Amino acid sequence: MNLDLDEQTLAFRDEARSWLAANIPAEPLKSFDTAEGFAQHREWEAKLTDARWSVVSWPREFGGRDASLLEWVLFEEEYYAAGAPLRVNQNGIFMLAPTLFSHGTEEQQRRILPKMARSEEVWAQAWSEPEAGSDIAALRSTATRCDGGWRVSGQKTWSSRATFADRAFGLFRSDPESARHKGLTYLMVDLRSEGVTVRPIPQLDGEPGFAEIFLDDVFVPDEDVIGTPGEGWRVAMTTANNERGLSLRSPGRFLAAADRLVSLWHDADRPAHTADRVADAWIGARAYQLYTLGTVTRLADGAELGPESSVNKLFWSHLDVALHETALDVLGPDAELRGRWSDGWLFSLAGPIYGGTDQIQRSIVAERLLGLPKGAR
Amino acid sequence: MRFALSGEQEQFSRSLHDLLSSLDTDTANRSWAAGDHGPGLKIWRRLAELGVTALAVPERYDGLGATPVDLAVGFERLGYHCVPGPWTDTVAVLPSLLDDELLTSVASGETLASVAYAPHVPYALDSDVADARLAVGNGRLRAFTPGTLLSSVDSSRRLFPPVTGDDLGTALDADRAFELGCLATAAQLLGAGRWLLDTSVAYAAQRKQYGREIGGYQAVKHLLADVATGLALAEPLVHGAAVTLDRRDISAAKVACGDAAHLAARTGLQVHGAIGYTAEHALGLRLTRVRALVGAWGTPRFHRERVLS
Repeated sequence: MNLDLDEQTLAFRDEARSWLAANIPAEPLKSFDTAEGFAQHREWEAKLTDARWSVVSWPREFGGRDASLLEWVLFEEEYYAAGAPLRVNQNGIFMLAPTLFSHGTEEQQRRILPKMARSEEVWAQAWSEPEAGSDIAALRSTATRCDGGWRVSGQKTWSSRATFADRAFGLFRSDPESARHKGLTYLMVDLRSEGVTVRPIPQLDGEPGFAEIFLDDVFVPDEDVIGTPGEGWRVAMTTANNERGLSLRSPGRFLAAADRLVSLWHDADRPAHTADRVADAWIGARAYQLYTLGTVTRLADGAELGPESSVNKLFWSHLDVALHETALDVLGPDAELRGRWSDGWLFSLAGPIYGGTDQIQRSIVAERLLGLPKGAR
Repeated sequence: MRFALSGEQEQFSRSLHDLLSSLDTDTANRSWAAGDHGPGLKIWRRLAELGVTALAVPERYDGLGATPVDLAVGFERLGYHCVPGPWTDTVAVLPSLLDDELLTSVASGETLASVAYAPHVPYALDSDVADARLAVGNGRLRAFTPGTLLSSVDSSRRLFPPVTGDDLGTALDADRAFELGCLATAAQLLGAGRWLLDTSVAYAAQRKQYGREIGGYQAVKHLLADVATGLALAEPLVHGAAVTLDRRDISAAKVACGDAAHLAARTGLQVHGAIGYTAEHALGLRLTRVRALVGAWGTPRFHRERVLS
């Protein structure tokens, strides 16, 4: 058991560190949930891509560096430690791309991934529907067979990034006789298609980070079906485990935030009433980092991500909220002012809700990891 | 980088588990608490045969010269089975304090040690049964004689105020000894927490109320899921601290294991209900052990301060 990095990995990390130090935007970018911020983020992503730092773990032919999972984790640490912006295309890069690598055709990979890497096409996720929150199997939007593809109708909601995004991915009921997890098809929808109406929904910060997507007989060609029609649930599970697991929430973010919190606390003359919580935030971030390195080792040994992804999600969602709430308490009356910590706090509050609420994750941990009896959710 | 236990370490853990599962550590704890060390010493000797007492002793004194990760693996299992006796003092701490022939008899399991370490370990554990009694202060070692037995919240931890005597010279590496004491305590907490989780899950799966297993109720499931999450994230801190021996990592492990084990104990009691509150049930042995170890080898406050310094 060791934490030693070999020379090649160290060189990779050093290269990332140097490039980031020289290229991080001097001024923080505006929120990607504003039109101006969205454009700034596209520019930043293009710059990242030109230097091949956008999707380091992807194969070279799609714009990546063939980096190992460990190198990716280290890159993420460097990325967030350097204070680099959140990734505007995270839905695409961390949720759709793993699905395409597992279930997409070669044609789909060649057509979609390079544009995704550059954020030429930014992706929105379209899982939720008005009557289906964490219960994705309850969705009702339909896909009906037609010549050369599918006609899609229905409504998606709480769709992150859809206000400014180009395309969206999600599940649709393709067999009207089916129930729950059966008869679903995984589709990619062009948000500029005829019949698509996107209605922005402002989030807690007032910016339209969510949107409703109304689909009225929208044509989706066969080439935009991922996997076998009717087998969408199985395909989507790849994405779900990635979302809850280590891909979307690399430890780098929490470590960087925890280190900043410890600095903030020292600069604020070490207020005693927050000392324990500041320490616990750092301990939590370090625990998540080491836990992830354990996962990296297991995956390298051939294991697959399973229900332990839910352990990840329960842990980081709680950690993120606690860390930011602690920072606000350290700041005192100034915590009320909009800024990095209050924005981060608002962002953190979504963690226990999306990707399956924390209550759903607890039930998964209890039933699938601890083996407790199945029951009503 | 390879952040996983080796096959040998996994095997060592399984061997310890199999042996300890075949022994009655609960009865040994109760005897130990009453001042009858016989059953506990029998377990000590059986574990010595597996090499546990020799782990940190250098090879020149017939030890195994094992790594801190090996120590952590061993202590996690000792904590799981709630083995009584001054294991931390003898096996994790003492070999870093001395370069002495005494270690040969520690390795073989004949010598038990009781260590006071000012100010974090003010009361020495099991000094009545220990052959070697050492008080560490300012990097120096002194012999001590045990004062009057104090009552611990965990009755199988027999604590004695040390009355210090002869100066025995400079400690070999007092700092390392302290860190390993903290690490071993963290690992025992992790193990105790896991026993509490496993036992509570098994109980929840068979105990019925209102016509169904209580483990089928979401309220119970969610409590246990939080325990599982806390323990799952505490483990890599223990292993990471054993790899780096960095003070901050060791303190992080000690705090996280204490919190996770404490949650496991409180949840375990809630899941068991009144049966868990009896002295007859083994749950109480772990519950009080956990509370005692949370404050042993550095309080949570001390360790959180080290994380922030």
